[in-house]
Amino acid sequence: MISPMTAPAPATADLPEPFAGWFARRGWRPHAHQLEMLAAAARGESALLIAPTGGGKTLAGFFPTLIELTRQPREGLHSLYISPLKALAVDIHRNLEQPIAEMGLAIRAETRTGDTPQAKRERQRRAPPQLLLTTPESLALLLSYEDSARLFAGLRSVIVDELHALADNKRGDLLALGLARLAALAPQLRRIGLSATVADTGLLQDWLSPEGDAAKAPVRLIRGGEGPQAEISILMPRERMPWSGHMALHAMPEVMRAIRAAGCTIVFVNTRAQAELVFQALWRLNDDNLPIALHHGSLAAEQRRKVEAAMARGALKAVVATSSLDLGIDWGAVDLVIQVGAPKGASRLVQRIGRSNHRLDRPSKALLVPGNRFELLECRAAIEAIAAAELDRERRREGALDVLAQHITGIAAAGGFQADGLFAEVRRAGPYRQLARREFDDTLAFVATGGYALGGYERFRRLVRDGGGRYHVASPDIVRRYRMNVGTIVEQPMLQVRLGGRRLLGEVEEYFIQGLVPGDTFVFSGELLRFEGVRETAAIVTRATGEAPRIPAYAGGRLPLTTNLAARVRAILASPPLWRRLPPEVGEWLEMQERRSVLPMPEGLLVELFPRGGKEYLVAYCFEGRNAHQTLGMLLTRRMERMGANPLGFVASDYCLAVWSLAPPRDVPALFDRDMLGDDLEAWMAESTMLKRTFRNVAVIAGLIDRRHPGWQKTARQVTFNSDLIYDVLRRHEPNHVLLRATRADAATGLTDVRRLAEMLERVAGRITVKRLARVSPLAVPVLLDIGRESVYGAAIDTLLDEAAAELVAEAYALPDPQGVLL
Amino acid sequence: MAATVTLNGAELTLDPSGALWWAERSTLAVADLHLEKGSGFARQGRLLPPYDTRATIARLAVVLRRYRPARVVALGDSFHDQEALARMDAADLALLQRLVAEHDWVWIAGNHDPAPPRGLGGTVRAELALAPLVFRHEPEAGHVDGEVCGHFHPKAAVRARGRRISGRCFVTDGGRLVLPAFGSYTGGLDALDPAISGLFEGQVRVYLIGRDAIYLFAAERLEGVRRSEPAASVR
Repeated sequence: MISPMTAPAPATADLPEPFAGWFARRGWRPHAHQLEMLAAAARGESALLIAPTGGGKTLAGFFPTLIELTRQPREGLHSLYISPLKALAVDIHRNLEQPIAEMGLAIRAETRTGDTPQAKRERQRRAPPQLLLTTPESLALLLSYEDSARLFAGLRSVIVDELHALADNKRGDLLALGLARLAALAPQLRRIGLSATVADTGLLQDWLSPEGDAAKAPVRLIRGGEGPQAEISILMPRERMPWSGHMALHAMPEVMRAIRAAGCTIVFVNTRAQAELVFQALWRLNDDNLPIALHHGSLAAEQRRKVEAAMARGALKAVVATSSLDLGIDWGAVDLVIQVGAPKGASRLVQRIGRSNHRLDRPSKALLVPGNRFELLECRAAIEAIAAAELDRERRREGALDVLAQHITGIAAAGGFQADGLFAEVRRAGPYRQLARREFDDTLAFVATGGYALGGYERFRRLVRDGGGRYHVASPDIVRRYRMNVGTIVEQPMLQVRLGGRRLLGEVEEYFIQGLVPGDTFVFSGELLRFEGVRETAAIVTRATGEAPRIPAYAGGRLPLTTNLAARVRAILASPPLWRRLPPEVGEWLEMQERRSVLPMPEGLLVELFPRGGKEYLVAYCFEGRNAHQTLGMLLTRRMERMGANPLGFVASDYCLAVWSLAPPRDVPALFDRDMLGDDLEAWMAESTMLKRTFRNVAVIAGLIDRRHPGWQKTARQVTFNSDLIYDVLRRHEPNHVLLRATRADAATGLTDVRRLAEMLERVAGRITVKRLARVSPLAVPVLLDIGRESVYGAAIDTLLDEAAAELVAEAYALPDPQGVLL
Repeated sequence: MAATVTLNGAELTLDPSGALWWAERSTLAVADLHLEKGSGFARQGRLLPPYDTRATIARLAVVLRRYRPARVVALGDSFHDQEALARMDAADLALLQRLVAEHDWVWIAGNHDPAPPRGLGGTVRAELALAPLVFRHEPEAGHVDGEVCGHFHPKAAVRARGRRISGRCFVTDGGRLVLPAFGSYTGGLDALDPAISGLFEGQVRVYLIGRDAIYLFAAERLEGVRRSEPAASVR
């Protein structure tokens, strides 16, 4: 957190004692941005500090508080620090204790997270420390207590760390609402945002602004020292570049060599499955037994802490990690970042690369390892984007209504509110600055009575109004449920993985385990395991040997290719002179495409049609990312079904979509008409499991149904309800209900990415090139190789049941009753 | 597309709606309507959408129009609780009353509605014997030939081409038949659960309800229903 100084920096004379002396004793001088942050604080301004990790960013956030409390010692909560990660709050706390102790400051700093013992939490509300380090969820909980007004009345500053990781999601919505609340309780409150480099700082300034709009209530932008340009290279395999696959296992010998040559390396991968495979592959090559560790979100927290501690001690040569290491603790000593697989976005790559070499005076070093040909193009595109300082542009986020419903419940629990007053307060939160009164009223009605058009729930109200028109919770049970369900992260149901029934290895999605039969082997936590069975909430495993294990395929987690990077990949494809920088076999591949078909153009859409193996293929090169392509696949197959083309299935990559059918589709431009986003989309939404999952998350966040807590099933106190049934009924009878509006808003981005699809259909209308070919084109080969993992046409469930049933009959499942055959 | 089974000599049609049709006796049976389950939850502060009764009655009306039965047997747990009728919306109540009036309607008592409301019309019974079948809410202990019951909300899952497909189901061994729950807010209990599989002595066959048709599987072919498909944990 605190780093030695870079070249020209101001003198310590600009700091008051004992801070100047403390810096001097270390031979350090403050960064310019640290002093700018002090100056902003002196003027009472809110500030956004953009700086790479390791730039002394966090200390810059705390300095004003420490100095103010030294000059004017006082009791009571003075500053809040909010981090997206519990572990980060704990780590920052540790780093903060050091200067506080060494300077002998009479300042108490404490953490408060879900792990904080109950007694300590109660004491913190009674006798708060001056500095409290916490998470968005813990803040929401604090705000739901009736004593919150007293607790926060003297609050002077709130520091939001890793703001870039919060501002574009529901956790950020919740936090923004919490900040609006804090501002009402503590009018003199200053806000400080700390963020990695982003494309559009204006969005973050608005998010942070006390009015939700930096034009109305300014937020000073302060930039920390940018280090020299990172040195990024692409690892070219000795063998030929693979056609498909993401694991890049072919390149592991070279990756191992790079690890050996560097001091300490983080090997970033995109999925947990990839982490497991790459980790195994590296250990097979690890003849010198170098200390190489594994870190991902499914591993037991204790095991992750161990890896992090070993990393901090400098005891590791390398760690293979997923996004679980994207944020957080500053390791300091990392010399090299290796990205295995496609970078997916320039901003993400910059942040990952920034994990290496936190000395600002030396360039970060990174090595990109593409898994296939398209990923190679993507790596080139990412390097060019970073060189051009062109990061991925985020969109302005509109606050989610389910999160608003949760917040309203919390504020009701804290002692109630007037609707007008709360509406005005909510509109001061950046994501909600455009919130229409009708949306607010509908959300409030949902919290109060369910907000259904069909009356009758008045007598079951959860919120009641007193004579003065203030809303209050109707019963303590509502407060209790609110506190148990607070937060916006709705986890998949997980099962523990226990070795021999004892040692906890981590957690894995329940549905993965349900697909295993005892005796199946799978890779988890870097080990080959044999599944023995499920006992209560744990999957029992033993160590195994053998070949062809299954790999847990985790839903989600895979980020789609960003628009910015996709445009650059397209530009490379369309420009043969740029191919000279690619390996010969890749250049050759693109030349063959040019000869056999055509190259996708930077604008418009190329669609190829060709027969193969008795089926007709349609390949559309949309470059809109896997999620949007999945949705397009669902909708296209519906239309082809209606056209009588008999679609059989489709597969989507980040770059294109392939659909196969019995008959060739006619009139391709009509197939891609924008009107598919009307009835077809609605019809698909009715049965899409993705939308049902989205609705479940919305329903949990909004407080309609309870989240599932591990182990609660046993106590039977938890009431579970199948949200799919609610979704079906609500869709049919009140399609415009606020929860369905929230579900559609989520579907516009995220796993279904409907908005990106809509923008593409708009853009390519009238500009579709249809190329009929006698056989598969060179560019189509990679996606056709993905077909092994085909997704099946959504409406074909009955066909599948039929097949499975036919299989059963064919296997002579001799049933005694001849009536038992299918009709 | 419906399926047919023979139960204790009676030829029965299993409809994809979850209803049972006995053409020979012009009798249609539905189990576990759980009317006003939504408002039952609302009473406890969980404001589920109140449309479940409307949706259930509308689906029932469709099946009744299709088969035009003389007799309708509601196999118990027709009402989620004893106060359900009092909470019902007037329009829903009127439609239900009309349907009851148009048929020889039998309300079998269930554990949720040990005393089904009498003001609705129809007759209330603990069970109904129509040889060679007997209709009850919960099965009797031991082996009973020709018993048709509800209560368990059976659900099953199979895997086809790597995809799990789960849904409500009929379960039978040719002697006893358990109907799926018909109500819109009724989840399910895994047909492999001993509470259900233990009811059968012969080979268990499961008729899984697909989108438009019903599919037969032997119990050995089924996968467990995931606990994440929260079933009728609430009863």
